[in-house]
Amino acid sequence: MLEIGPYKFKSRLLLGTGKYPSFDVQKAAVDASGSEVLTFAVRRMNIFDADQPNFLEKLDLEKYKLLPNTAGAKTAEEAVRIARLSKASGLCDMIKVEVIGCSKTLLPDPVETLKAAEILLEEGFIVLPYISDDVVLARKIEELGCHAVMPCASPIGTGQGIINPMNLQFITEQANVPVIVDAGIGSPADAALAMELGAEGVLLNTAVSAAKDPVKMAKAMKLAVEAGRLGYEAGKMPRRRYASASSPEEGMVFS
Amino acid sequence: MKVVINGNAMELPDTVNLVSLLLEHFNLEEKVVIIEQNQQIIDKNLHAETILSDGDRIEIVHFVGGG
Repeated sequence: MLEIGPYKFKSRLLLGTGKYPSFDVQKAAVDASGSEVLTFAVRRMNIFDADQPNFLEKLDLEKYKLLPNTAGAKTAEEAVRIARLSKASGLCDMIKVEVIGCSKTLLPDPVETLKAAEILLEEGFIVLPYISDDVVLARKIEELGCHAVMPCASPIGTGQGIINPMNLQFITEQANVPVIVDAGIGSPADAALAMELGAEGVLLNTAVSAAKDPVKMAKAMKLAVEAGRLGYEAGKMPRRRYASASSPEEGMVFS
Repeated sequence: MKVVINGNAMELPDTVNLVSLLLEHFNLEEKVVIIEQNQQIIDKNLHAETILSDGDRIEIVHFVGGG
């Protein structure tokens, strides 16, 4: 079970809801992923087109926990404002703190992220900050009282996979709260590796929404996360330099 | 009454003087929306008693797809 604050989830795959080709494909992908946590962004509504379809309205909200993000925020103040708006919906109290510090790489601003997380914790949010794969920052986020840390594998939407597996493993080894690898995952192999490195969950969006067949990819990611987790729990064999025969050396017919 | 909604200046009929009436005016009363009035979030159960004033800056936001 993945435990985030007071919530328990069977699925360790968290899914983003952006950039799908259609609502129907998206709905099928969400079903195939088995995800119980879905991320959303908070934006101004087009009030002159109120009948515009909205994905949230197509979901059975009993089945999913919403994880709104503060995407678009560049300062702690902006992130806090978005977080408060999301909570005022009455639908959720989890928040993915995302404060972008660089428009080209979309890497997060660690200082503003910490500031926002501190304020939101005081206000009773379940706080999941999105951070770079910084070992010390991950520890400070945890010490602050955050309910999870979400280091990126590589920059958002790049599908580059895990750029620095060593850092990610340092983070999972030291953590006492769930580590959810968020952003940069491209393939099922990346998701499985994240889990094998000790992550408690994976959050991805573009890897599924931009796949040729998002529904099939959603299922592949579900299986990859499960396989990676099982592999982690099973404990992999040590690597060795030279070969070691699996068949016995004794009893050969020509000896 | 002149207000700014989601960054756009607009004129509302004088009868639309409460947050709840504003939502009805735009057919949003059944939608999942969150309202901010002059950077102050208006709790859902206060929509029917929150008065709109000339010059108010209103934000009407909702959840959209995102990662």
